[in-house]
Amino acid sequence: MKSADKETTIVAFCCIYCAYAAADLAGSMRLQYPSNVRIIRTPCTGRLEVEYYLRAFENGADGVLVAGCEEGSCHFKEGNLIAKRRVNYARKLLAESGLEADRLKMVNVSAAMARLFTEHVREMAETVQRLGPSPLNRAKTRVQQEIKP
Amino acid sequence: MIVAERKSIPELLDMLPNDSKILVLGCGTCVTVCLAGGEREVSIISSALRIASKARGLGYEVSELTIERQCDNVFIEQAIEAIEKVDVVLSLGCGAGVQAIAERFLKKPVYAGLNTKFLGILEERGVWTEKCSQCGSCVLHEYGGICPVTRCAKHLLNGPCGGSREDRCEVRPDRPCAWQLIYQRLKNIGQLERLEKIEPPKQWSASLSGGPRVIIREDHRI
Repeated sequence: MKSADKETTIVAFCCIYCAYAAADLAGSMRLQYPSNVRIIRTPCTGRLEVEYYLRAFENGADGVLVAGCEEGSCHFKEGNLIAKRRVNYARKLLAESGLEADRLKMVNVSAAMARLFTEHVREMAETVQRLGPSPLNRAKTRVQQEIKP
Repeated sequence: MIVAERKSIPELLDMLPNDSKILVLGCGTCVTVCLAGGEREVSIISSALRIASKARGLGYEVSELTIERQCDNVFIEQAIEAIEKVDVVLSLGCGAGVQAIAERFLKKPVYAGLNTKFLGILEERGVWTEKCSQCGSCVLHEYGGICPVTRCAKHLLNGPCGGSREDRCEVRPDRPCAWQLIYQRLKNIGQLERLEKIEPPKQWSASLSGGPRVIIREDHRI
C-alpha cells in the first residue's frame, strides 16, 4: 500500500455476525485492502457506546469505521439501528470538538460481502488520506519533535 | 424528575480556562435518568473535551467523577479530594447541584455543563416532557391530574382557549391540547361537573414571583 496509509491508523469495529466474517472471507479470497486498518471484533455494533468511538480517537485513531449487518438483518434485531443513531451522535460530538465528522463512518455489509467490505475500507482509507492524520496525532508528533534535540 | 440537556462543546470551551485542571463532576440522580449528566455522559463529555484540547492545543487536564447526588452535602463530601486537586469544576448536575458545589467550595470556580430545562417525565425512549412548573400551589385535583399551568401553553385555568385543532395545541401543534386531555380525563373519571366551576385568579406569590422560596420545618430542625 501507499506509504501515507502506514502513517495513519483506521480502527474498524466489525460485528461478528457480518463484517468480521466478511473480513475473514476477504482474507480467504486473497482480496487486497489497506493495511493500516485494525479490526476489532464486536458481538454486535449495538454493543458499541459513543465513548468507544471517542476513546479510539483519543488513543490515536485517524479514522473509525463501524461495520454492522445490513439494516433489517441484525442478529439482535435492531443493534445496527441503535449503532447508526449512536454513530450519528458521536459524529456531531466530534465536529463540535474540532475533528472532522467524516473520520467516523458506519457501513452495512453481510457476511458474504467480502468485496464490498474491502471497498468500504478503501473508501475510509481514502477519506483519512484526504483529511490527513488526526489533529490529535499531529499535536503528538509536534510535541515529540520539540522534545528531540 | 429534573430534566436537563448538555451544553454544546464549543459553549464549554468558551467557558473553561485554558491550561487548567478540570474535574467533570456528574450526578447520579435526575440528570443520570435523563441521560444528561450521569457517569456515562461524564465519560463522553470528558472524552470530547480531551479531544478538543488536543486538537486545539488548549492544555486541559480532564478528570472524571460522578457522585450520587450533587445537591446533598453528605454526597458532596465524597468529591472533596477530587475537587481540591483541580483548578475548576465542570458540574454536570442540575442548577441546584452546581450551586450546592459552588457554595461548598468557596474559592473554586464551578461551571454549569448542562442547561437545566424543566420538571418532567420520560414520555417514551429518548423523549422527555414537562409536567410541573413548581407553581407552589397545586391545582391538579381540580383538573383530573393534568396540569393546565404547565401543559396549556397559555396557562389557562378556565380553558379551553378555543384555538386547538384536532386535539393539538394552537401554540405548539406537535403537543396535545391540555384542555382536551383534561376534558377527556374528567369524563373518564366521572367528574365533568368540575369544569362548571369558575377558578379564581391564581396566587402567583407562591411561585417564583414571590422571590426565592424556602421551606422551614421546625419539627425537623436541630
